Amino acid sequence: MATAVPELSRERLSLVAGLHEWVVTVDHKKIGVMYVLMAIAFLLIGGLEAVLMRVQLLWPRADFLPPLTFNQFFTLHGTTMVFFMGMPILIGMANYLVPLMIGARDMAFPRLNAMGFWVTLFGGLLVYASFFVPGGPPAIGWFAYAPLTEKTFARGPGVDCWALGLLVSGVGTIAAGVNFVATIVGMRAPGMKLRQVPFFVWTILGTSIQILVAIPPLTAALVMLIFDRHLGAHFFDPQAGGSAYLWMHLFWFFGHPEVYILVLPAFGMISEVVPVFSRKVLFGYEFMALATMAIVFISLGVWAHHMFTVGMSRTLDMFFAGASMLVGIPTGIKIFNWLATLYGGKLVLKSPLLFALGFLSMFVIGGLTGIILACAAVNFQIHDTYFVVGHFHWVLIGGTVFGVFAGLHYWYPKVTGRMLSERLAKWQFWLLLVGFILTFAPMHVAGVLGMPRRIYTYEPGRGWDLWNQLATVGALIQAPSYLIFAFNLVWSLRHGELAGDDPWDAWTLEWATTSPPPSYNFESVPVVRSRRPLWDLKHPDDPDWKYE
Amino acid sequence: MSEAVAVGLAVEPRPDPRKVGMLAFLASEAAFFSTLVVGYVVYLGKSITGPTPPEVLSRPLVVGTTVCLLTSSYTVHRAERALRAGAGGFAHWWAATAALGVVFLAGTAYEWYSLIAVHGLTLGTNLFGTTFFTLVGFHAAHVTIGVVMLLTVLGLWRRGHLPGREPVAVTLTAWYWHFVDGVWVVVFTVVYVVGR
Repeated sequence: MATAVPELSRERLSLVAGLHEWVVTVDHKKIGVMYVLMAIAFLLIGGLEAVLMRVQLLWPRADFLPPLTFNQFFTLHGTTMVFFMGMPILIGMANYLVPLMIGARDMAFPRLNAMGFWVTLFGGLLVYASFFVPGGPPAIGWFAYAPLTEKTFARGPGVDCWALGLLVSGVGTIAAGVNFVATIVGMRAPGMKLRQVPFFVWTILGTSIQILVAIPPLTAALVMLIFDRHLGAHFFDPQAGGSAYLWMHLFWFFGHPEVYILVLPAFGMISEVVPVFSRKVLFGYEFMALATMAIVFISLGVWAHHMFTVGMSRTLDMFFAGASMLVGIPTGIKIFNWLATLYGGKLVLKSPLLFALGFLSMFVIGGLTGIILACAAVNFQIHDTYFVVGHFHWVLIGGTVFGVFAGLHYWYPKVTGRMLSERLAKWQFWLLLVGFILTFAPMHVAGVLGMPRRIYTYEPGRGWDLWNQLATVGALIQAPSYLIFAFNLVWSLRHGELAGDDPWDAWTLEWATTSPPPSYNFESVPVVRSRRPLWDLKHPDDPDWKYE
Repeated sequence: MSEAVAVGLAVEPRPDPRKVGMLAFLASEAAFFSTLVVGYVVYLGKSITGPTPPEVLSRPLVVGTTVCLLTSSYTVHRAERALRAGAGGFAHWWAATAALGVVFLAGTAYEWYSLIAVHGLTLGTNLFGTTFFTLVGFHAAHVTIGVVMLLTVLGLWRRGHLPGREPVAVTLTAWYWHFVDGVWVVVFTVVYVVGR
């Protein structure tokens, strides 16, 4: 027998062993990293789809993408960005951070956690497996209105891949929600009260509650759809008395809380970054927490503002318009509290704060167009136009994506032990900001001029050409910013400056341990007496708990 | 903990994460069933063809199975109490719960058999069939899972894997069982009282 293993195969063995370690891991930090990597992969795929669609819309009557492909791409783009990029990146970051922030050694249910990740990943792969089935991917839009999804109109298995993929990944999301609630309620460090957790933890608690209430109805609706398609049921089959309207209600009962699921954690990240980079405590912590919970509950009662034009009763129109505008109040409270935190602070203009400022300025604009859309009378005019596309991209990129980038630049040193390149981060930021504004601002104009969404091309002479061309140029400016970010992640892993345990001089517990943290997180579980336990440790002469 | 005591800090006890997790899971289940119930209610009386609920649903049978299921909530409670008191009888009450669950399922099976074979009502017949089998079917699936959980816990307890007077597996299974029972109260009211 050969005793000397050749060098190459030994290396390969260790690679396999290394990968195996990731596959079988139940460590919340590794699972968190895998979630984020998965999300970034899907971000690049979904982004590619977006760029291809923008190229198709560059000229009137262009034939760069065939109509069916265009429809498939906008379906996949929306589905990917919401289910396989947005939620996983937030759940992944929360997975990594929540136990560290509350001084726990892991999530409450580590194996459930691993299951949640793998199921989410397989859900994504299942949706993309539709490329290999007869008829190709679904062409139903991300909200998949019935009866377009019924067997009569969508004969291929593409819709089944979509429905099963979302159902499966939904199970993973619910598992994550259960896990976060149990972890946050039951596993905080000794002494840490719920009103002392880092603010990000509050927003994850809010998001988890929304997951528990909003995802199961989607699961049920998907079950109904699958029963319709394969067992001959009639839920959404108008010919047998079924109602497409029910699907709209069920989908948006999930769909609207979903956007808050996507944005609350970003609020949390901003609430961590802004204080540290202003060198001040978060202004109005209690009101911020109240506002978060207010958003959680109000947002469960606003879903039908997606459906004004369907012809509901006047009473319902007024109720949903009013409830939708009501969300602006707690959200406004948050905006003012972040501004008050910044006010008079010693601003450290590093990349995390840069992205946070981008978030603050852009999200406000997205919020304002949201108020416009919530007004039922206006909504009748601009429903289903590019104004809506402009609005929700403004909120989801201006809100979630900027917030996530602020967070990723802030916590990357904790995860890897190295700093991201500030130079690359600044390139990324400015390209993203300029490209983003240029892509989505013109869409509002095109929408007001009557351009419907989800059309693969348009006639010349409608006054839409210029706005589409600007949007496409914007998309082409935005695209490299994401590539620069991906490059920065990889490059800094080797070449980034060494970070040390606490490169930002921060105050929350994740910075109290090493970078990267050991698998057990903390050598001894710290005792917490204030909202800034690390400040207390650093300044025993002037601890926070005296004033809280 | 000891460090906390050393600095003179009152450390409040935390709720057991496993219990919190179960409650969170049951909340999501409630949202799931609410959706199915909404579907049922919305489509009440909207079927284009027969049969209709009054024509085919047998109330006496379901009242019987309902009594079984409600009784099982009592027996599972007695089982927990017996275990907590350290008195005997846990295994008997617990097994009785599972048995009542099985009787309920047998009743459902008989009901479905007569609906399908005698009245020709299936998932595809009309909206009533669609919503009825989906709602009652998902509930029955939950009862089935509950029976499996009950029997698993019983087996583990017999082998001594669940020591103590309040093993968390017993508590959580009981909660799940009560929940499934509670869902049935809603389903029964909607399907067999209001909707019939």
